[in-house]
Amino acid sequence: MAEKVLEIRGLTAGFISDKGLLKAADNISLEIMRGETLCVVGESGSGKSVTSLAIMRLLDYAGGLIVDGEILFKGEDLTTKSQEEMGKIRGNKIAMIFQDPMSALNPVFTVGDQIAETLMIHQGMDRKQAMEEAIKLLGHVGIPAPEIRVKQYPHELSGGMCQRVVIAIALACKPDLLIADEPTTALDVTVQAQILDLLKSLQQEFGMSILLITHDMGVASEVADRIAVMYAGTIVEEGTVFDIFDHPSHPYTQGLLESIPGYETTRGSELYTIKGTIPRLGELPSGCRFHPRCPHATDKCRAMEPGSIQLSDTHRTACWLYQEEAGVKKS
Amino acid sequence: MNSDDKLIQVKNIKKYFPIKKGLLSRTVGNVKAVDDVSFDIYRGETFGLVGESGCGKSTLGRVILQLQKATDGEIIFDDRNIVEMKSRELRKLRQEMQIIFQDPFGSLNPRFLVKDIIGEPLKVHTNMSKAEIDKRVVELMEMVGLDPTRRNRYPHEFSGGQRQRVGIARALALNPKFILADEAVSALDVSVQSQVLNLIMKLQKELNLTFLFIAHGLHVVRHISDRVGVMYLGKMVEIAPSDDIFNHPLHPYSAALLSANPVPNPHLKRERIVLTGDVPSPANPPSGCRFHPRCPFAQERCKHEQPELLEVMPGRQVACHFPLIDQTIGAGDAAK
Repeated sequence: MAEKVLEIRGLTAGFISDKGLLKAADNISLEIMRGETLCVVGESGSGKSVTSLAIMRLLDYAGGLIVDGEILFKGEDLTTKSQEEMGKIRGNKIAMIFQDPMSALNPVFTVGDQIAETLMIHQGMDRKQAMEEAIKLLGHVGIPAPEIRVKQYPHELSGGMCQRVVIAIALACKPDLLIADEPTTALDVTVQAQILDLLKSLQQEFGMSILLITHDMGVASEVADRIAVMYAGTIVEEGTVFDIFDHPSHPYTQGLLESIPGYETTRGSELYTIKGTIPRLGELPSGCRFHPRCPHATDKCRAMEPGSIQLSDTHRTACWLYQEEAGVKKS
Repeated sequence: MNSDDKLIQVKNIKKYFPIKKGLLSRTVGNVKAVDDVSFDIYRGETFGLVGESGCGKSTLGRVILQLQKATDGEIIFDDRNIVEMKSRELRKLRQEMQIIFQDPFGSLNPRFLVKDIIGEPLKVHTNMSKAEIDKRVVELMEMVGLDPTRRNRYPHEFSGGQRQRVGIARALALNPKFILADEAVSALDVSVQSQVLNLIMKLQKELNLTFLFIAHGLHVVRHISDRVGVMYLGKMVEIAPSDDIFNHPLHPYSAALLSANPVPNPHLKRERIVLTGDVPSPANPPSGCRFHPRCPFAQERCKHEQPELLEVMPGRQVACHFPLIDQTIGAGDAAK
């Protein structure tokens, strides 16, 4: 049995507003094994970014808070750690890369300085050692002529190059877990392909686990071992990449896959749509959060929130359609 | 096809942005955002324009709408050369061509009521009375699937998808012939995106509109476009019917671009053509074929001689000395 790098149990996190607590992530449970890539897929407002910020304990700085649950990183609960203790873990054991590489880098420092900073803080290297290591890392993430690039500022590099620098910073301390929040969304498809390939090869080399957050089912299909689909703050379905794409069980996942244009659709034909819009956090529907948009909704869905049902060893879904089936199977 | 079928003819359009330096801000060079591009858009079709950031696709779109003046070249819109038009004539012309923007948040004035946003083109270009405008706004909102009783609200009370519908209603207000959709669905979530795409396709059929659809989402372009043009570094490198270009791209760049597009099917592990390096600067493009330093098939000739956009098969134009014709046919035979 592979080692669990991260285990989230019943995480509830959100923001305090004048309407009371808004749960952006509600009772989330997830596991990531060593060397595995888990993709969290969802649309805006689904709570995927809040979950990742909660793991990093950066939610505190974003004005949010963790209300309930445990985040076990190699067996240690991160929710009880002080920010000082987290400072030793962040960037060292758990690293994070963000959507916009240009704003993730500081424009007034050279890229070398920014990579070296991490090494000096976490690995206790001196500046000279750290700069040498920075050059090695830049070469490692596929930047040509790293000894020249190391002295350049972010504005002198293209978007794809900057994202490579951000990845180099993230990898500097060989983290156990890399959290990538929409790492290729701001990039062109050809550069996206380069960056995804790079992440995959670095993962094999360092054996790290990746938690990749994306809205793009195409990206998830290419890199994920397992996928968790989020909707309005909850995980509605989780399974291996093949479970999700071959046997999508939750109506939301089904709709999400069917509404992708241009792949298995005839050109110009009417696209499948999920009616309505994603609910706001303050105005969540009763029962199953997806019921107002669901083609299969029943009275039960409107009244009660479905629990998680195990469809197979690897595949679970939160939908009443299957609660009943499971009941039948049991009897 | 005779020229009557062509709503827009773009002829040798160039758009250069001067690079100025020094105390006297002398022009030391040009960013060739669009460099000698020619193509036609037929009446009632959707022409998809794809390419990576900086390839000049948005600039080309803006030049066609005369939001930016071309450095050189002609644009024939409905048998009129609009490049030479005076501003008064252009103002009239704007009734016939409209634009839908990418950002449904930035493109609507937050201090305007939705009815004023949709009704503004009517106020500017027509002498309709207040009551008439209101009637038309209600009609437009129904057309794009918005509840007209919400016309006295502000944009922030609408979701992203609904705001994009407001933008579409505004574009339709004056019954235009041509609409430029610049990344019109790129900022929307998948489930909302398909709603807006369906709306655009429905309106096109009902109103016989002509679209220039600029996007970087290749799946979207494939679904919605009749023909597709691929741009690279200010040049049009390939034009073909949508299904053809996606099934058998002829230009090596089109092939690479399409192969980089992630496919939502985990069973499909395709051979990706991974391009090395970045797109070169349009201020100093490579000699010969602009794609040659990154092209896996480049030969000596590509370094010196710039390929022209030529029709190599009926309806298919490509700018490449060695288009992938043989390879595609070979691959097709092997598959059989």
